[in-house]
Amino acid sequence: MAKELLKGNEAFAEAAIRAGCEGFYGYPITPSTEFLEYMAKRMPQLGRAFVQAESEVAAVNMVYGAACTGKRTMTASSSPGISLMMEGISYIAGTEVPAVIVNVIRGGPGLGNIAPSQGDYYQMVKGGGHGDYFPIVLAPASVQETVDCIILAFDLADKYRSIVHVIVDGNLGQMMEPAELPPMRELPKEPPEWAVTGAKGREPNFLSSIYIDPADEEVTNIRLVKRWMEIEKNEVRYNELMMEDAEFAVIGFGTAGRVASSAVRAAREEGIKVGLFRPISLAPFPKKEVEEISKRVQRILVVEMNSGMMLDDIVPLVEGRVPVEFYGRMGGMTPFPDEILDEIRRVSENKAPVNGNARAEWIARLEKIVEEGK
Amino acid sequence: MTAPAKPEVKVVFQRPESFTDLTTHYCPGCTHGVAHRLIAEVIDEMGLREKTIGVAPVGCSVFAYKYFNMDFVEAPHGRAPAMATGIKRVLPQNTVFTYQGDGDLASIGMAEIMHAAARGENITVIFINNAIYGMTGGQMAPTTLPGMTTTSSPFGRDVELTGFPIRMSEMLATMDGTGYIVRRSLHDVKNIRKAKKALFMAFETQERGLGFSMVELLSSCPTNWKIDPSKSLEFIAERMVPVFPLDDFKVNPELTKKRA
Ligand SMILES: Cc1ncc(C[n+]2csc(CCOP(=O)(O)OP(=O)(O)O)c2C)c(N)n1
Repeated sequence: MAKELLKGNEAFAEAAIRAGCEGFYGYPITPSTEFLEYMAKRMPQLGRAFVQAESEVAAVNMVYGAACTGKRTMTASSSPGISLMMEGISYIAGTEVPAVIVNVIRGGPGLGNIAPSQGDYYQMVKGGGHGDYFPIVLAPASVQETVDCIILAFDLADKYRSIVHVIVDGNLGQMMEPAELPPMRELPKEPPEWAVTGAKGREPNFLSSIYIDPADEEVTNIRLVKRWMEIEKNEVRYNELMMEDAEFAVIGFGTAGRVASSAVRAAREEGIKVGLFRPISLAPFPKKEVEEISKRVQRILVVEMNSGMMLDDIVPLVEGRVPVEFYGRMGGMTPFPDEILDEIRRVSENKAPVNGNARAEWIARLEKIVEEGK
Repeated sequence: MTAPAKPEVKVVFQRPESFTDLTTHYCPGCTHGVAHRLIAEVIDEMGLREKTIGVAPVGCSVFAYKYFNMDFVEAPHGRAPAMATGIKRVLPQNTVFTYQGDGDLASIGMAEIMHAAARGENITVIFINNAIYGMTGGQMAPTTLPGMTTTSSPFGRDVELTGFPIRMSEMLATMDGTGYIVRRSLHDVKNIRKAKKALFMAFETQERGLGFSMVELLSSCPTNWKIDPSKSLEFIAERMVPVFPLDDFKVNPELTKKRA
């Protein structure tokens, strides 16, 4: 299939349909709403289920129900909506049924605003719901990569009977970009053997997250952890730009990583030997790769659209081998390539140690930048 | 299964196939077990077992799945109608029912039940109204009677402070999406028989695609009411029925016609 000019959220929705999504349940919220609107049109045309739920609480529990039937199912929302879904997400994780959840992240906390943000990193990557579970989190940086990640998300969800979050922001959701959609997949003829479909000619299936005896719950926890260790082994994904000979590394994901790639290219033209490492799977996190990078570069600059949440995951991996600096914008502010280029220049000249607190040093710089109205 | 009966001996009573051979965890005198058995009998008699998916709630009946010999899931507190919606929409040929207490359905799950009814979801809801939160040890429910003592209304439910009991059936019957909404009681044999008929009608509503169906069953909770089991049944008849009248609140006229 050829590349077409596609609108982010609509392309993502169509990708889900082509991956075989048979049930979409959602509630409108900017900047994810086009996803729901597209599904409202397309799903009934294909004889598939679409429900505009009364809330995100209901939506995620509809997803939970559909997931228990073994059909591919999903929802798409944005930060406050995802917060409301967290109880259901935890139940889905505890029941070990597959589901895909797209979060088009916006500025927060609270009602915040509708501008692009990466402020939900902790909520997404560290679980967000209650209890011992590990979601897979994919963070693409272009319309094409998101289309690919949504297909991948359904496959991983089925493979590991896991929650898969695909996190993007309003930049990607609203952007028009050339991309290629995959062909329509055929729907499976038979449900998986664990699904609830009516106990015809077999023993009943029961799906829940209840293990009232702590010993049984612990066995379940062990199973979930072991599965997660498998996922950590198999499913790490990332993208590298000019990292081979890099003396400085920029690390950023999603939109921040994409903006940083322009800055890295510009810095190269100035002769600065800098490269970009862009994690695509935030969970499992490319730990080994970051560790390796910290052994061969002189300095690392982490760029995010939050207060340095991924930074907190990177610093322990670097183990003090090289200074780690941070540049982040918050509240729905997207950095410009020039801002990051300035940072790359500064970092490449800076020989001083970072006093163990990249966040504090950056906040001091950011306050100045904000004051100067940049 | 029971051994084949001798020709002269007729089996007049046996465990429904839809019921598992387990002792329930319910307290003595609790009517959850009666409700379970009625549902199992109706599902057997209608031949629905192999296509039915039940949705258990959070509440004393969180373990309902153990007692039903059919596919089952267990929903977060109050969310059973949403889960049932998710299931029914992708498996429209299956029979889907929820089983919910009054805290589950009328408090935390109020939005889910109202909207499932408003959408006319073709599911069946069995609503156990025992006027109290059983599982968490007897706190006030949205259905607790005025003046009734619970652990969270220790001086008796004061309507000035906590409002009045919610009548779910009456409210749901106003929704155009509903096909069958009735209230029955489990306090004596006559009423139990009526409850069974109502359950039959409710599942029939779903089988005929006539929309949302619900049977509210007035039930006992001797442990948390702190009333002995037989007196508990009297409590239902004398105290609950006046507040929650037994009636048909919505019956789609199609249901009174024979199936084509
Ligand atoms: C989100 C959430 N809040 C609270 C609880 C605690 N909880 C468990 S059961 C229950 C009340 C159940 O009462 P009801 O629905 O009336 O059913 P019964 O136990 O009386 O049969 C509560 C509050 C929970 N499990 N989940």
